[in-house]
Amino acid sequence: MSELLLKGVPRRALVLLSVLLAVLLVVPLVANDYLITVLILILYFAYVGQAWNIMMGFAGQLSLGHALYVGLGAYTAAALYVHFGISPWIGLGAAIAVAAAAGAVIGLLAFRFRVAGVYFAILTIAFAEFARIGFDHWRWIGGSAGFFLPVANYTRNDLLFLRGSPTMFYYLTLAMTVLAFVLCHALLRGRVGYYWQAIRESPEAAQALGIDIFRYKMYAVVLSAAMTSLGGVLFAFYYNNLFPEQIFHISRSIEIILGPIIGGIGTLVGPIVGAFLLTALAESLDEAMRAFGIDIPGIKQVFYGVCLLLVVVFLPEGVWPPLSRLLGLHRRDGEG
Amino acid sequence: MPAEVYLNVAVSGLLTGLVYGLMALGLSVIFGVVRVVNFAHGEMMTIAMYIAVAAFSAYRLDPLVLLVPIAAVLFALGYVMQRGLINPFINRPEHSQFMLLVAIALIMVNGLLIIFGPDAQSVQTRYAFDSFALGPLIVDATKAYAGAAAVVVAAALFAFFRFTLAGKAIRACADNYLGALVVGLDVKRLYALTFGLGAACVGAAGAMMVLLIDVTPPLGPAYTLLAFVIVITGGLGSMAGALLGGVLIGMTEALGGLLFTPSAKSMFAFGLLVLVLLFRPQGILGKSPS
Repeated sequence: MSELLLKGVPRRALVLLSVLLAVLLVVPLVANDYLITVLILILYFAYVGQAWNIMMGFAGQLSLGHALYVGLGAYTAAALYVHFGISPWIGLGAAIAVAAAAGAVIGLLAFRFRVAGVYFAILTIAFAEFARIGFDHWRWIGGSAGFFLPVANYTRNDLLFLRGSPTMFYYLTLAMTVLAFVLCHALLRGRVGYYWQAIRESPEAAQALGIDIFRYKMYAVVLSAAMTSLGGVLFAFYYNNLFPEQIFHISRSIEIILGPIIGGIGTLVGPIVGAFLLTALAESLDEAMRAFGIDIPGIKQVFYGVCLLLVVVFLPEGVWPPLSRLLGLHRRDGEG
Repeated sequence: MPAEVYLNVAVSGLLTGLVYGLMALGLSVIFGVVRVVNFAHGEMMTIAMYIAVAAFSAYRLDPLVLLVPIAAVLFALGYVMQRGLINPFINRPEHSQFMLLVAIALIMVNGLLIIFGPDAQSVQTRYAFDSFALGPLIVDATKAYAGAAAVVVAAALFAFFRFTLAGKAIRACADNYLGALVVGLDVKRLYALTFGLGAACVGAAGAMMVLLIDVTPPLGPAYTLLAFVIVITGGLGSMAGALLGGVLIGMTEALGGLLFTPSAKSMFAFGLLVLVLLFRPQGILGKSPS
């Protein structure tokens, strides 16, 4: 297994990845709370970006409604915990089930009725918006007034109920990001990965070669939805408050996909690099605004927008593909 | 509730729906010809709305009087956007175009926030509380004027595409890109013209919309979504479909808001969208893809 995973990966890439992982593992020993919070944010976006990338980057299905799966995962695990005292470790099973079912319904409807491209993207937005307004009017989970988890004090970490310090959440998010990375790497190497890429490049050709494109597109949607919902569970227990207006909002879906697109769509490292760059950019813009004493609402987002614009205009493949060529890390078959 | 209430609400939804339809018409024209989905559409409408608000508060000029100048400003914005930013993206994948327009939208929303602040602003015309009585019907004057203006602008656009040489050339580009190039049409300029016309539509719609609702910067994304819903319901690329979709969504929202709660009204719009996508993916008046 490990031989299969490691075969053909440049030695230099392995060394760099190991160093990065080692640094990430020891960072909490030296970092302050602020840095930890920022790193959690980066890893969270790297994780959900990776999950989204399975659908778009690997299988070529553009989803603009991934906030749906984050929200469903978050609300499912949080509701089970608050109303029935069920541990999030069991709750995440339910979260996966609910999100996977939602993904399956969307996939089933879209792929059976041949809704594709822009239309598919808008269908995914429609479902997320539908959920947003529905949850807004659902009293049992707080409706538009929000749903709150009892806030823990940080004296000791309760891993069973995920109540604890940012450091605990940091290691959890790191573990999820690493697992997602390894899983995606394995998937890309396997039969499924090649089928997905064939479907992405040309659905007609893939079908002519005998690939059951309906089934493999369904796999991509369901897996992506399930993985994204875990991000939602983490979100719920880390932030302790959920508002339909925020968690299901289209701007959340856009946030999720910015990382992989800026980093390099369809690559394994892209979502991580993208999440890092964008979060670092947002934070340093905050810092810069403070340093210059500028307090105008909206000006930070304008800079952010300009940076996005520059990246899409000048680096159409994203940041990672040219960067990896520069570092001599690319593989001949073009897989990141 | 008496039947008149439903009828009144339906008519009010229809008139609002005509303005929605004009807004969506802009999106539909741009997609139908340039094949780019304008994810900054609602944001462009809020720009038009703020121009109307600013002109009204400075010079007491009625937004409907300023309809043509506002549309002209938006035309210029659309033309320049297409020429400068979007044209290089024509042959790029969808997600790349999407990112570009999301970045533009982000800059627009927050640019408006910087200039006009976060508070809701509105235009108070002299006829704001007037209404016409037609038998049992009571029609809000503002909505009637806005709806009528929407029909006039839409008719002008239909006429442009039907009867002018430039309109015919644009339709030729939409029908056959390669053919248009072969016969020597300046496709780049025609695309910019089309994007400008789409933007002018949404600009005119904004000048009417500002009479109906208050404007805040975050309104943009919500109306971008609404425009998608309408265009897909009616048929992406079909001009009559966009207007029909607008009317349908306007009435669905109005009646849904009356029967349930107003805050849940857009749920009915999205419900309608999902049904249309599943049973008639090309939209009500759209041509089925060949």
